[in-house]
Amino acid sequence: MIATPFTPLASLLGGALIGMSAVLLMWATGRIAGVSGIAARLFPPYEDSEFPGRLAFVAGLILAPVLVRLTTGGLPEQTILAGTPVLIVAGLLTGFGAVWGSGCTSGHGVCGLSRLSARSLVATIVFMAAGMATVFVMRHGS
Amino acid sequence: MAIFVQFAIGLIFGVGLIVSGMSNPAKVLNFLDAAGIPAGTWDPSLAFVMAGAVAVTFVGFNRVLRLGRPFFAERFSLPTRADVDRRIVVGPAIFGIGWGLAGFCPGPALTALGFGSSSALIFVAAMFAGMLLARFTAHLPSRARVTTPADPHET
Repeated sequence: MIATPFTPLASLLGGALIGMSAVLLMWATGRIAGVSGIAARLFPPYEDSEFPGRLAFVAGLILAPVLVRLTTGGLPEQTILAGTPVLIVAGLLTGFGAVWGSGCTSGHGVCGLSRLSARSLVATIVFMAAGMATVFVMRHGS
Repeated sequence: MAIFVQFAIGLIFGVGLIVSGMSNPAKVLNFLDAAGIPAGTWDPSLAFVMAGAVAVTFVGFNRVLRLGRPFFAERFSLPTRADVDRRIVVGPAIFGIGWGLAGFCPGPALTALGFGSSSALIFVAAMFAGMLLARFTAHLPSRARVTTPADPHET
């Protein structure tokens, strides 16, 4: 593992920006800012009138690093230790689970909790616990 | 117009992920590593991201939902389900395992694409495959008992 510094202020500020984005999306489209839901609906059979908006939101997510690089001259560190096989398995499970469980960290963890949804609270507790158990096994299991 | 606004909203989300440190999987994994608490390597940052995001969203949603309707749409489309069924446990359990394996969840993985990361590209491709697989599986005849389709918006 690689140690990362605890960044309470930057994380609180970044979190507030994520919250602001969720509020703005609700204001603009009346939709929950659930990234997995928006991303999954880029594929058929969801070619409805809201498709361009979803694509624009995802494009904004992807291009955010370009904006940060242009305005600050650099990007923060990004360390990905997982190899290709792990990335593939992780991606499959994450995508499958997000659709199967009707949401991910943003839809359940941010928007759902903010709406005091019991389903989202259950989902958030379960994926946090599963994530922690997985990291424990991966790092300390053998 | 609505499209540019939604692009800007996506940008804000992505910048939030970068500023908060969540675009770095190592930071996410160091939060999920509970054994890091006694070892002194635990990074509690993710909890602060959640706190900041939920605080703003909680207050903001309350205000926005008091408006009659969204700016670009006819009505608010809020999830209505309240039942805790098996899927709301099994789905997040599978999701959590994937999250813990690589440290990526959907938002940060998409933003990581803009870093030019080939690892993120592999993850995102597999993630979309997993999403389509879940949608397909939800519609299999053997799953006919499950009357609702896998609908990510039904949080």
